[in-house]
Amino acid sequence: MARIGVFVCWCGENIGRTVDCPKVAAEAAEFPGVVHSVDYKYMCSDPGQGLVKEAIREKKLTGVVVAACSPRMHESTFRRACAEAGLNPFLCEMANIREHCSWVHEDRGEATAKAVQLVRVMVEKVKRNEALFPIKVPVTKRALVIGGGIAGIQAALDIANGGKKVVLVEKEPSIGGHMAQLSETFPTLDCSQCILTPRMVEAATHPNITLHTYAEVESVSGFIGNFDVKIRLKARSVDIKKCTGCGLCAQKCPQKKIPSEFDEGLGMRTAIYTPFAQAVPNKPVIDRAHCTKFLNGKCGICQKICPVGAVDYTQEDTFIEEKVGAIVVATGYRLYDFRNGEKDYGIEGYGEYGYGQYKDVIDGLQFERLASASGPTGGEILRPSDGKPPEKVVFIKCVGSRDCAKGLSYCSKICCMYIAKHAMLYKHKVHHGTAYVFYMDIRAGGKSYDEFVRRAIEEDGAVYIRGRVSRIYKRGGKLVVVGADTLLGGTGGGRVEIEADLVVLATAMRPQYGIEALAQKLSISYDEYGFLSEAHPKLRPVETNTAGIFLAGACQGAKDIPEAVGQASGAAAKVLGLFSGDELEREPIVAHVNQSQCVGCFYCEQVCPYHAIEREEKRDKAGNLIARVAKVNAGLCQGCGACVATCRSNSIDLDGFSAEQVFSQIGGLK
Amino acid sequence: MAATTAEFEPKIIAFVCNWCTYAGADLAGTSRLKYPANIRAIRLTCTGRIEPMFLLKAFQEGADAVLVSGCHPGDCHYTSGNYHARRRWTIFRKLLEFSGIDPRRVLFSWVSAAEGRKWSELIDEITAQVRELGPFTSFERIVKA
Repeated sequence: MARIGVFVCWCGENIGRTVDCPKVAAEAAEFPGVVHSVDYKYMCSDPGQGLVKEAIREKKLTGVVVAACSPRMHESTFRRACAEAGLNPFLCEMANIREHCSWVHEDRGEATAKAVQLVRVMVEKVKRNEALFPIKVPVTKRALVIGGGIAGIQAALDIANGGKKVVLVEKEPSIGGHMAQLSETFPTLDCSQCILTPRMVEAATHPNITLHTYAEVESVSGFIGNFDVKIRLKARSVDIKKCTGCGLCAQKCPQKKIPSEFDEGLGMRTAIYTPFAQAVPNKPVIDRAHCTKFLNGKCGICQKICPVGAVDYTQEDTFIEEKVGAIVVATGYRLYDFRNGEKDYGIEGYGEYGYGQYKDVIDGLQFERLASASGPTGGEILRPSDGKPPEKVVFIKCVGSRDCAKGLSYCSKICCMYIAKHAMLYKHKVHHGTAYVFYMDIRAGGKSYDEFVRRAIEEDGAVYIRGRVSRIYKRGGKLVVVGADTLLGGTGGGRVEIEADLVVLATAMRPQYGIEALAQKLSISYDEYGFLSEAHPKLRPVETNTAGIFLAGACQGAKDIPEAVGQASGAAAKVLGLFSGDELEREPIVAHVNQSQCVGCFYCEQVCPYHAIEREEKRDKAGNLIARVAKVNAGLCQGCGACVATCRSNSIDLDGFSAEQVFSQIGGLK
Repeated sequence: MAATTAEFEPKIIAFVCNWCTYAGADLAGTSRLKYPANIRAIRLTCTGRIEPMFLLKAFQEGADAVLVSGCHPGDCHYTSGNYHARRRWTIFRKLLEFSGIDPRRVLFSWVSAAEGRKWSELIDEITAQVRELGPFTSFERIVKA
């Protein structure tokens, strides 16, 4: 006889406000098979779990239903509690009366009635649950890190220093990411390259790290501890084993007018190029879209000039397969395209700021390149249009960010700080110039951050104007910036007009192009803006909802360098934790074949995505073959249940989600 | 469901996958989006696990409509379960239609883990639609006959 215990949680006010928990518990007590039913304020707390354990022992429960939050939240918590009290953890089920009930319904009567039904559904199910035992699977102790920016580099180094192998994949020809483009970093003004490049070299030379640049993840299959990853090594047209990085090819390349991605279009590069002088690896690639040899078959100078014969025009994309146990996604960010808008999101660009038709209206990363010693101007701040130092520079914050009408509703978080830094750097280089900053708020939460902004205002004399800019237009050689100073009253409503030489837009941080496609390959989720979703916004910020896949850096949300590095180390710690044992315990949700009923049609074999269906021959005592039947390899089965629904003879069932369980659940909704 | 049409509250049973739609419905909750309390979601591993008999059983137990919802094409946690579900559903829906069951009572949707809003809007929409259709009685007639 079933002896089921029901535990109804108030979740403080979260459930209790909308659902009459004592009533749910009282009604549940009447369900057939329920021998114990209580409600409590916080069931997940220590005393709450204590109630569950005590009841299991005293009432000799054979099953537990916890009516609380989503099973995705606390199923593991309560299953652990059950196990501690001696009940098989798979005899515990959650009824989701929070996410699926109290939080989404307003009427107390309706919500309570629904909660009662949801509990009954799970009581009916748990009566038919069977004790299951975790399946042990081996762990491949190698990690894949996707993205070679500072977050990816940090994660790779931390894992490698923990003694485990890492495969680091970067889509660009060099690692370094956006941090390599920055001039100096807030709030200490230390040179970005000086702190980053040693890390890049360390990552590239570390004995535990295999680096693939100019490479992309093609496909991912498998599961935690056992992922199979296919990596596309894009054709570099240069044999990096032979190449010494002498740079002669780039010097002699006649195509010299290609806008450099690294310099954000402010500088030019050649068709055979390394993105920047400190690139790692310092080996060039040929940009086939711009190379004369690829465009019309003429030229071929780089091949002739190369002293080691490394240039190879016939190279093709190749694929390699790697087996890894964990994946860290660190694909970073890009900036909102104020010139063209974000067409995918139905967002227009900023017409009032000229859609990019004014050369002297630039974005934050372009200013970084102007201020950087490795940049196209050698660190001098010069206008892109005429190469003169600007006398007045206007910085506009929140372009795209915090603008529901024009762009994206979130705050990009780093702009307040980097604009203060830009204003400072500008004043340090153009002493007589004036920096104006249009802002909505100053958000400088962070260690030494507010002090830094104050320094920009008080010591370096940046003029901060609280208001938005409505329009920029050209008058003579100047850009007229028309805005409002909302702290000025009086007639004219605080209208301000500044004749600027240069305008810098702090455009929003966006996840990289193609993030959705990558998320789909990895089976992880992303939010409405394309940022990858963490498993829990507070308590599991580096994990995803797919076990074994972790997040680091700005792919998960706008963040600055220290936060990205912190999250990367967090992800690395998770990976090392995962790799600390030789085996993993996997949920025993697998399919089983009733071989006496199986007719051997093997439709199951066709639908199984994991090749977990095996053919078994049945013989009589004389050794004659009497039947070929299906068998599930529990090590490969992931428990999707496709075979169960496909089976013509009803011979397969799925542990934890058996037909009997589901039918009884539906029956519980009577 | 003896209620008159004016105050008819439909019962809708949803069969959802654990990875996309169940998580999307969780997100609707976390985002505190409101939708009618007529929906009862049953969590399965994958839409590919859903047998046609589950839908029939739901009607038998008095559902006025059933909803099958899983990951978007290409997004299935198990690679291809949602494609099997779609094929099975397409055929099964035709069969139900042939048997005289209004196909508007057999609904299918893709709701990802990121689409809390889509889930709440879907429930708004289908609840209104099924309320319009009125109670589903033909199955009761079949059962009694």
